[in-house]
Amino acid sequence: MIPFEYLRAGDPAEAVAAVAGRPGAAFLGGGTNLVDHMKLGVAGPDLLVDVSRLPLDRVEETAGGLRIGAAVRNSDLAAHPLVRERYPVLARALLSGASGQLRNVATTAGNLLQRTRCPYFQDVTTPCNKRVPGSGCSAAGGYTRYHAILGASEHCVATHPSDMAVAMVALDAVVAVLGPGGARTLPLAELYRLPGDAPQRDTVLEHGDLIIAVELPHLPFARRSAYRKVRDRASFSFALVSVAAALDLDGGLVRDVRLALGGVAHKPWRATRAEAELRGGPATEDAFRRAAEAELAAARPLPGNAFKVAMTRNAVVATLRALAEEGR
Amino acid sequence: MRVNVHVNGEPMVADDVWEGESLLYVLRERLGLPGAKNACEQGECGSCTVYLDGITVCACLVAAGQAEGREVVTVEGLSEGRARRRGGAHDRNPRPDPDADGVAGPRLDRLDEVQRCFVEAGAVQCGFCTPGLVVQAHSLIASASRVPEDAEIREALAGNLCRCTGYEKILDAVRLAAARVHARAAAEDARTVPGGADD
Amino acid sequence: MTVWREAVGTPAARVEGPAKVTGRAGYTYDRPVTDPAYAFPVQATIARGRVASIDSAAAAGVEGVLAVVTHRDAARLADTGDAELAVLQSDEVGFRGQFVGVVVAETPQAARYAAGLVRVEYEQRPHDTELRADRPGLYAPEQVNGGFVSDTDEGDVDAAMEAAAVTVDRAYTTPMEFNSPMEPHVSVAVWDPGERAPGGGFAEGARLTLFDSTQGPHVVRSTLAQVFGLPPERVRVISPYVGGGFGSKGMPHAHNVLAALAAWAVPGRPVKLALTRQQMFALAGHRTPTIQRVRLGAGADGRLTAVAHEVVEHTSAIKEFAEQTAVGARMMYAAPNRRTSHRLAALDVPVPSWMRAPGEAPGFFALEVAMDELAQACGLDPIELRARNDPEVDPESGRPWSGRHLVRCLREGAARFGWAERTAPGTRLVGRELVGLGVAASTYPYYRLPGSRAVVEYEGGGRYTVRIGAADIGTGAWTALTQIAADALGCRLRAVRVEIGDSDLPAATVAGGSSGTTSWGSAVVAACRAFRHVYGEQPPAGAEAGADMPDDPDAERFAMHSFGAQFAEVRVDADTGEVRVPRMLGVFSVGRVVNPRTARSQFIGGMTMGLSMALHERGVLDHRTGHVINHDLAEYHIATHADVVDVDAVWLDEEDVHAGPLGARGIGEIGIVGAAAAIANAVHNATGVRVRDLPITPDVLLR
Repeated sequence: MIPFEYLRAGDPAEAVAAVAGRPGAAFLGGGTNLVDHMKLGVAGPDLLVDVSRLPLDRVEETAGGLRIGAAVRNSDLAAHPLVRERYPVLARALLSGASGQLRNVATTAGNLLQRTRCPYFQDVTTPCNKRVPGSGCSAAGGYTRYHAILGASEHCVATHPSDMAVAMVALDAVVAVLGPGGARTLPLAELYRLPGDAPQRDTVLEHGDLIIAVELPHLPFARRSAYRKVRDRASFSFALVSVAAALDLDGGLVRDVRLALGGVAHKPWRATRAEAELRGGPATEDAFRRAAEAELAAARPLPGNAFKVAMTRNAVVATLRALAEEGR
Repeated sequence: MRVNVHVNGEPMVADDVWEGESLLYVLRERLGLPGAKNACEQGECGSCTVYLDGITVCACLVAAGQAEGREVVTVEGLSEGRARRRGGAHDRNPRPDPDADGVAGPRLDRLDEVQRCFVEAGAVQCGFCTPGLVVQAHSLIASASRVPEDAEIREALAGNLCRCTGYEKILDAVRLAAARVHARAAAEDARTVPGGADD
Repeated sequence: MTVWREAVGTPAARVEGPAKVTGRAGYTYDRPVTDPAYAFPVQATIARGRVASIDSAAAAGVEGVLAVVTHRDAARLADTGDAELAVLQSDEVGFRGQFVGVVVAETPQAARYAAGLVRVEYEQRPHDTELRADRPGLYAPEQVNGGFVSDTDEGDVDAAMEAAAVTVDRAYTTPMEFNSPMEPHVSVAVWDPGERAPGGGFAEGARLTLFDSTQGPHVVRSTLAQVFGLPPERVRVISPYVGGGFGSKGMPHAHNVLAALAAWAVPGRPVKLALTRQQMFALAGHRTPTIQRVRLGAGADGRLTAVAHEVVEHTSAIKEFAEQTAVGARMMYAAPNRRTSHRLAALDVPVPSWMRAPGEAPGFFALEVAMDELAQACGLDPIELRARNDPEVDPESGRPWSGRHLVRCLREGAARFGWAERTAPGTRLVGRELVGLGVAASTYPYYRLPGSRAVVEYEGGGRYTVRIGAADIGTGAWTALTQIAADALGCRLRAVRVEIGDSDLPAATVAGGSSGTTSWGSAVVAACRAFRHVYGEQPPAGAEAGADMPDDPDAERFAMHSFGAQFAEVRVDADTGEVRVPRMLGVFSVGRVVNPRTARSQFIGGMTMGLSMALHERGVLDHRTGHVINHDLAEYHIATHADVVDVDAVWLDEEDVHAGPLGARGIGEIGIVGAAAAIANAVHNATGVRVRDLPITPDVLLR
């Protein structure tokens, strides 16, 4: 029948070797995205290397931070006492994603590497540069409600669907990778790519690279952090836009801030311009608005998602306002 | 490949499983347990919810190989502790039970509390989402240390779509079941703690 | 006269409840058949044109594939008059997603994989899928669904509008919507081939058994018998458990025929076919998008002088279905000048069909938002406006009402809901949320369809079996019929077993038009009475009697409709425009309620579907390809549990003495009617923003 193999890896090195040695191989984590894509015909790996039972399922305290194993389930991570205490933005982001059943299965690394929900990407009867490079982008000129307003290209206007990753990007998370050439780390923000002319590549990872952990650095003010997800349903829907923020106040001034946006770009969008605008300035609604507008000055909305500019701006203001009020 | 899996407490073996099959398919088509339903095949509706090693999952998105050596409990496994499988388990037209007033199928007192409360509260309509909801609600109640708040119940069940009931009676059923389960647990604690009971 | 003693009117638990909560209820795909094969369709990837060539060699070579069937080799159907059901009979493609082939294999995975390998080349023609009010070629159908005339015109609407002190003239739109029952459309076809006819046709001796997820086994049987050229007694349709339908399973669709064609191609093998969720969006019906112009003219006191409701909607170029969107406006309010019309665009789209309250559901969104606008323009409370325009008799037919209690429903609801707390639009801010209340009226006609028959048999030992080929798609009809039979026989509920869901049982009409319990229930009452008339109270075991549903002379003398009042509270996030609905209340007048437990769930379920329609549901047709692009439950949103907070339904304690022996008018659909308007009106009250296009998504309210 359909050519297909399944291998349960015994350790990370075996998993990496198995995938690296076969161009059609893929890692299988929780399966919530890949198994779906295999049914839809979006993905057709000839070898699945199951990494969901590798001993990468622990959350460990490091020097003030956390090291999260790649196989830690989303629901376990959201419920972890240290996450809830030190990084509430991450717990909230996790709980706002998908459903209880999916969070029970989805892994940390799998969540980071989930692919876009662009409906054209998921439908093999329509052209899509991300799925079939060079075939064209159906979303441009099509249904773009959930698509990008920042950093898109003529080849792809898709967004990254993860909530968790938005919080992690805001928290300056670092990814530990084991590849055929050995181990390395890189900032999560640098893991993701903008689509450019190669939208088939979501990340900078090479074939055979396996994420084995995510490290969250020491960030004391993240105890006052929040995740705001704006969506079409009260639950179980992808973000129209989302905001991950942590705010460090010094009286009425912003001493430091972390801000990232979801649902607006091909990657979780670290709002560095807005952060720069905010640092050292007053923690007022006007300042929050100006910062959001500075970040969104580069927005290039599509005909079907122009509303996202105002929605993102308002969501940023509302999130920072709530954090500032919490701090008073 | 061969898949060994404990289902509803029994060891089961499925042979010649294609690696791309889902756990849902293995349960329904190979092991004769069609309680979990296939409604969307992509984790978007919760109709296929089963326990896998004690946590609830959408069986449609679990590759068969991932279930190897694990414990699965389906909706069939909640009543009377064990499922009946194969042959005759699936009623065409239910016959009334002489002991139950007009009620067909198993008697109410043989059901799990969550199942019983779904019937009593009128939380069942077409019934297609019901098996998944029953398992998810069962898990919510079993894992909570108290009767959950309404908002917690709504969010915990948000991954189980229902097109018939409007969810209100499902909420009633879960509240009722949670209250009974926790009351029973409290009563048992009281009995086992010396001096903790009124009597 | 009342025969109701113990069971009718009580909240009996659902008879099949235990079977459903334990996973033991056997739905169509769950039914064991011997040695099944599995079918997976090949769908057209163009919206209009013809199949130029098909290369199925790769598919046929897949291990486990038993057959690849296309229009070149499919068995010839006897009747291809219904283009939706003329499956694989020609090379023509009329909409994207239409069946152009099917693969049958030993496993569903092999069938699906192989279907993806079938290479189809097309000769594409230009297509048009876009509904616009100004497009050329709009036409008036001969009649609209339900057998109503397309257009009505009484008095002089234009002159009345000209003369009116206050007017509303607005356009409202609703999108393409999908029934989306939780159980996909499933058919399992089993042939007993008889003598194979030369040329591959269906021999007279052939017999088809279809396990099918349907709202009407007898309807499927008679339709398929005609399509396959078989006498009806050689087709059997079985479907005791049906996982929802909301109209989409009310008539056979193409997959029924495809399953039978696929099974015919693999002699001796039952064939199982389940549409995927994605396939349902092209192949299981949908509600047409609508563009509705509503004009209301009134005096300064709010008394209507003119009501005009003019609707533009689509149908499929291959088969007409005309939703009766404006029909409700004909009877709802007293106005001497009234006009209604329906104009159709025949587009290259999938075939639309019934979806819960066809006509009233989209129509009352427009009409009842327009009434709210009129109330605002007149400076009147919306409830008072409706009370002032409550007609004494049916404006359309001039007949007296069998019972019109709309105003009672509105007033009762106002008291229960706290309507007096409603403030001026845009004035109530709680935290960062704008809060508002809204109301809308609801109605649904009383339909009692002829053609049902019930049979009662005494089993001995005090036990009776009642047989009728009805369908319980989740409505509670199975339980209600058991209650009705118990009272009509004068026995305990537990003494009665009702058999449904099989075309070998006595004929029954479709579970549609909220007519099931009234139509089948009347037949059951007649059969029980006939039984007692013949056998008395001491029947011998095996005694059997049956009866057809009796005529209902009152239906010709009275205007018979159910009514309701829908209330909603909304909270709109002032920052993001997100709308949440913390409370809804429906107050309904539906005649007798046979089972309060199942009825309440039906009302609440309908209201929640209305909430879903108001805030979530929108099928997106990509006009470049004719493709419903958001074709799954992740992208086509229906309300989740978290979207529903406090939805309640109550009803007037009444009996409609003109509505047959039960005094009941049906409850399945009225819950959705007006619900979306109540929410839209509440959104206006909260924000001051009038939304006339559904759904009301956050972007619409963003400031």
